[in-house]
Amino acid sequence: MINPELRNEVETLYADYGAALDDNELERWPDFFVEDCIYKVVPRENWERNLPVALMLCESRGMLRDRVTAVRNTAVYAPRSLRHFIGQIRVKEDGSGLLRVSANYMVLQTMVDELTRIQNAGKYLDLIVRTEGGLRFKEKICVFDSVLVPNSLIYPV
Amino acid sequence: MDESTIERTNWPPRHWPDEGVTRVPYWIYTDPEIYRVEQQRIFCGPNWAYVALEAEIPEPGNFVRTFVGEKPVVVVRDEEGSINVLLNRCAHRGVEFCQAPHGTAKEFMCPYHQWTYDLRGALRAVPFRRGVRRQGGMPEDFRLEEHGLTRLRVARRHGVVFASFGDDLPTIENYLGPEMLHYFDRVLDGRPLSVLGYMRQRIGANWKLMFENIKDPYHASLLHVFLVTFGLFRADQPSSVRMDESGMHSALISMRGEQKESEGTSEMKSFRADFKLADPRLLDPVREFPGNATVVMQTIWPNLIVQQQSNTLAMRQLVPRGTYQFDLMWTFFGYADDTPAMTQRRLRQANLMGPSGFVSIDDGEIMEFSQQGIETFPRDWGVVEMGGRTATNEDHMVTEAAIRGFYRHYRAIMGL
Repeated sequence: MINPELRNEVETLYADYGAALDDNELERWPDFFVEDCIYKVVPRENWERNLPVALMLCESRGMLRDRVTAVRNTAVYAPRSLRHFIGQIRVKEDGSGLLRVSANYMVLQTMVDELTRIQNAGKYLDLIVRTEGGLRFKEKICVFDSVLVPNSLIYPV
Repeated sequence: MDESTIERTNWPPRHWPDEGVTRVPYWIYTDPEIYRVEQQRIFCGPNWAYVALEAEIPEPGNFVRTFVGEKPVVVVRDEEGSINVLLNRCAHRGVEFCQAPHGTAKEFMCPYHQWTYDLRGALRAVPFRRGVRRQGGMPEDFRLEEHGLTRLRVARRHGVVFASFGDDLPTIENYLGPEMLHYFDRVLDGRPLSVLGYMRQRIGANWKLMFENIKDPYHASLLHVFLVTFGLFRADQPSSVRMDESGMHSALISMRGEQKESEGTSEMKSFRADFKLADPRLLDPVREFPGNATVVMQTIWPNLIVQQQSNTLAMRQLVPRGTYQFDLMWTFFGYADDTPAMTQRRLRQANLMGPSGFVSIDDGEIMEFSQQGIETFPRDWGVVEMGGRTATNEDHMVTEAAIRGFYRHYRAIMGL
């Protein structure tokens, strides 16, 4: 049984994480991770078959920053807004001080001249570590359900 | 009238502009009649369409489900090790019997009435064929051998599987021609491959825009700020555009350079000399193929792009889904004897590609912008005059010659 205070802290982390992405505060996104981290966005097809290719693969906070720089400065894409819904958060302490957390997520995307639609939905499989600054992601694997992506997945989920 | 003949009408207009291949009329991207005929003459015609890598189906019984044009097919290795490509449509009532994206089977059974086929597509069993208690059953003269699955012709080269609905096909080697075969064999040299995974995206654009994109080095040196900034593809680097005799296949070949300002970058408003990677492991290419080229993007008519950008390798398969959208199915691979460090390098460089790729995002988005711009103007046309008006091989990248070559062939096949 996870104590309610810890649970509350984890839920706050996810709420802040989703809000930073929804509010287009992409520069804050790497701050949710520790320096030595893994971030991946993986189609369910690859995950279930142990195939390693990911749509996004970052192996350090530096690579997270590089992705932010690319999205901000080099990539060409139509403007859009995002809305994250994160739920069914399940927390397990793994005994070594890390928290193993899984959660469902859904990202709605709204383009100019279009209705809002589901851009990406799946599950987070995360490892969370306590630092002086609070809880941070050590590992975040986003396994998405629809193998087929509606055109581009520009922003991290 | 032959069902693959295009009906001539004034609206929508179906007359190619008199200027020839330096003009591409917009109705070819929007007209359902054109799309219908493309399915017949191009995707179901006498062409070799990419369907799978042998590494995806190494053992007898292994299969993958995929598409040739819009048509669903199953690619399966049989007990003798041969590869069969079968139309995924039961000969009884048309059911798409195989729903699993991949798997292993001893036979294929349609779930509707349990008609059962072997891995070569031959019909082996029909339940109640002789009736029940001497009632019903198939007619006396019903022959199993007349009701097998439709089998496509199959060609294999160096672990790559092609299939065709057509007859009278050249060998895959003659289909590619000597120069395109050279570029194909450069990456697919016969070493066993190892599949690293898939990416799939649905892009809201006509399928031909994807081929035009890969045949157009002019855009790559302008649109792709990431590639240009890091010197992976730039107008001032030694490059060439090569085609087969017909123009249906092509290759863009280029060499990696330095991240520095030059004549090529002075006209690029967004070249970023100051942009440095926080973690340079993302781009840590090593030379692994003979020759000086560091990128070769090859398009093979009618549905394949072979991608070699630095150390990221992929087959990109096009599946048209109507005039206004197509699916792009990426199969990333390496070689069975890659070191773990090489595999990791390929996985890192995969960040450049696919629906979230630092380079490919630009293409997916631009193709949708193109379709949006074109959609309501069938009477107008695009201008394709960069690098002249001919469709010949060029030793630079400031040219749209391969697009002109593609449409020279397209017009001949379509009778336009």
